[in-house]
Amino acid sequence: MRLRPAIASLVAALALAGCATTPPEALRGTGDLGVVIERAAGRVQIVEHSTNSSLATVPGLGDLSHAHVTFSRDGRFAYVFGRDGGLTKVDLLARRIDKRIIQAGNSIGGSISQDGRLIVAQNYEPGGIKAFDADTLELLSEVPAEYAPGKFSKVVGLADVSGQRFVYALFEAGEIWVTDFTNPRRPTTTRYPAGKQPYDGLVTPDGRYFLAGLFGEDGISLLDLWQPERGATKILAGYGRGEQKLPVFKMPHLRGWSLAGGQAWLPAIGRHEVLVADARSWQETARVAVKGQPVFVMARPDGRQVWVNFAFPDNEWVQVIDTVEKRVVHTFSPGKAVLHMEFEPRGEEVWLSSRDSNRVSVVNTATFATRSELPADAPSGIFFTARGQRIGF
Amino acid sequence: MDRSLLIHVAVLLGLTALAVSTTQAAEPAPARQKELVHMVRQDCGSCHGMRLAGGLGPALLPERLADWPDDSLVATIIHGRPGTAMPGWQRFMNEAEAGWIVARLKQGFPELD
Ligand code: HEC
Repeated sequence: MRLRPAIASLVAALALAGCATTPPEALRGTGDLGVVIERAAGRVQIVEHSTNSSLATVPGLGDLSHAHVTFSRDGRFAYVFGRDGGLTKVDLLARRIDKRIIQAGNSIGGSISQDGRLIVAQNYEPGGIKAFDADTLELLSEVPAEYAPGKFSKVVGLADVSGQRFVYALFEAGEIWVTDFTNPRRPTTTRYPAGKQPYDGLVTPDGRYFLAGLFGEDGISLLDLWQPERGATKILAGYGRGEQKLPVFKMPHLRGWSLAGGQAWLPAIGRHEVLVADARSWQETARVAVKGQPVFVMARPDGRQVWVNFAFPDNEWVQVIDTVEKRVVHTFSPGKAVLHMEFEPRGEEVWLSSRDSNRVSVVNTATFATRSELPADAPSGIFFTARGQRIGF
Repeated sequence: MDRSLLIHVAVLLGLTALAVSTTQAAEPAPARQKELVHMVRQDCGSCHGMRLAGGLGPALLPERLADWPDDSLVATIIHGRPGTAMPGWQRFMNEAEAGWIVARLKQGFPELD
């Protein structure tokens, strides 16, 4: 009871202390923040995963189909890449757009440099990558994906690695390129033949290996970034065993935390299987039959489980694979058209977006019980600030 | 007299029924149209972009499609293009529905509601 007036006078004192200081109740960290993309509405929700709530909505981000997000290392800014070439820097604390540019005609994502100073966007149209100053979004340089005179390729799978380098694959060219932005205005690029129609890429958590999934042939192209002069090699070649491919109604995404228990877990193309390879020898060790064409194959941060969602028409399902038993241990439907999953950084809960059910579900990964449901307008990607501390995100 | 009148009426009714059923084949029912719009914007959109301005697959906007014959576009949608990332959709729609989609794509595709 006696506390009340004390608090009241404290509040008054703080108010008097002036508008220049942030009110103490607004002070918060950013380690538990994230954004949920509201695809059709061109908005993002700012969310937090300590108590699973939505904090604010930020509109005006353009066409967010296939949107991707990367974070500043202090976890304050989310850089949102829109399909329409929009690059928007969202201030997660002030809960508003800080800067926004249109940087290309058709973009699918981007990443932040090792030193946090460069934002690099990967574009379909015009095909290539562009580097921006992370503070001002000023364009610093660009690398057109011109693989033969007058021929430009779509760029996929862009990942940041050490030494201010970015690795990416060229769909039409069938190559992996490594661009070094040590001098951000004069980047240098090295090219490596990779295989037919690479559709996405990922870098291992230590940043050593870049893997490009191939659509045009059975196999995955692997580049060892510690010894890039050895060139890209093919792993899991011929995994389709010459059998007729099933139709692929949505391209898988490799970007995920798909290294678990010393094994890499990867979506097959045109087969309802998850492929498992030893992450040292890169030999196939197993394959796990699943419900449909896998899209995301993501390991829980501790690596004990791998969660899988699927392409149309099986996209209401999610399956969980136990990585020791290498079999599906749980199958459920959190809603219609499950587009994305994001684990909380320690992995006790996972957030799943159901586009056609207009909600995000938060599921306990030990019990599989739904812990919270948040309404969202046709949600797609979910991205937490913990990505800002990781290589390749 | 009565008889011939009846036959006339029956024939007329039959003809209108036929006309109705053929326009129905070309024009899916409203609820189905809604499903098709949703499918094109969302599921075709995963490759062609939700605004159909292109992605891994080319843009499906009127100015780009204008010169393509309808039946070749319908065949692409139904059977896909082997050797490319364009899959065939015959499990999910018939040719008349694909024809309706092609006609709408050429006019400017309806928005989601
Ligand atoms: C998995 C990716 C993917 C999906 C999903 C997809 N398409 Fe395609 N589509 C493509 C690609 C790639 C091409 C270009 C093929 C080529 O190179 O000839 C294409 C070509 C086409 C074309 C021919 C246009 C042109 O300029 O060549 C039409 C029409 C088309 N798609 C319609 C559709 C419709 C309608 C749907 C949904 C029912 C759909 N597509 C779903 C990838 C896709």
